[in-house]
Amino acid sequence: MKPIILILVLFVFSCKEAPTEIVEVNETIDENSKGIELEIKDYVDIEPYLNIKDDNVYVVNFWATWCAPCVKELPFFEQLGKNFKDNNVKVVLISLDFPNHYESKLIPFIEKNKLQSKILVLDDPDMNSWIPKVSADWEGAIPATIIYNKDKKQFYEQSFTYEELKTEVNKFLN
Amino acid sequence: MLVAILGLFAFTTTNYSGGYDIGDVATDFKLENIDGKMVSLSDFKDAKGFIVIFTCNTCPYAVAYEDRVEALNKKYASKGYPVVAIMPNNTDVKPGDNMDAMKARAKSKGFTFPYLMDKGQKIYPQYGATKTPHVYVLEKTSKGNIVKYIGAIDDNYKDANAVNQKYVEDAVDALLAGEEVKEPKTRAIGCSIKV
Repeated sequence: MKPIILILVLFVFSCKEAPTEIVEVNETIDENSKGIELEIKDYVDIEPYLNIKDDNVYVVNFWATWCAPCVKELPFFEQLGKNFKDNNVKVVLISLDFPNHYESKLIPFIEKNKLQSKILVLDDPDMNSWIPKVSADWEGAIPATIIYNKDKKQFYEQSFTYEELKTEVNKFLN
Repeated sequence: MLVAILGLFAFTTTNYSGGYDIGDVATDFKLENIDGKMVSLSDFKDAKGFIVIFTCNTCPYAVAYEDRVEALNKKYASKGYPVVAIMPNNTDVKPGDNMDAMKARAKSKGFTFPYLMDKGQKIYPQYGATKTPHVYVLEKTSKGNIVKYIGAIDDNYKDANAVNQKYVEDAVDALLAGEEVKEPKTRAIGCSIKV
């Protein structure tokens, strides 16, 4: 089950011409349902999203609905994904919300803000095992962001303005 | 204006790389407790060391660990390693962490450890705390309070019953036994300290 989903996602990511990409199969099973089905994963399943080797630039943001600075900067990531769509920039939002808040907070937040970026949910409590794998520089505070392409990777344990985000992404486009 | 503030925020949260490493001497402090009294590490004459925890009311991870922090104090204060909790956030940004809120939280949870306000936010940057909760286990020596452990409380924020490794307990137990701390640094997700 999991490998199939992964292959699909990788395919979508790597297909430049895909219209409004990242429409997940499992989110559109029931046309009448306005509910969102979260993709809840442990770190092993998240790791491939941090290491895609294609011609895109990936902007991966770790956030949570309870994290005020994360919520504040989230529109900038959405804006970035929209404005840089033609530059092959893909935004992936990895939520660290607690499982008991998926229904009560995370899904309503996604719906209310009509988030368009790819959203994954990381539920892996053994944080000491995976934080260093994301980045040796990560102390564990969020928001945290990784920008990468097939040649280089940069980790940021900080908040962004839109302008700052744009500046960083441009470094990967030239 | 908003951009300027956000820019300042980004700047201040990213541009200090200071802070303690294992073996460094940790600074003492004089910070206000929830009972109005000023507290310093040097007040604890009989302590063998300290479990200093940067924590707050408003971070869900900090809240998830409240009972475990209290349990640490219950278990180790009598053995010479009291918990000293410090609230590092700017309360203008997080009013839910102000002194009244800290008092209310401590009362409702029955905290038996000091819960101090890092007023002016001078202490947490010296320690190098970046988030709540963030733990520093110190060993009192003739040279001062030596940092022996930095990191998380344990390896499962979600479920205290599913914990495999109790990092802080293991560190304090090792120090009490006169041994080296086997895993002196761990990491965990936490809430960035609000400046």
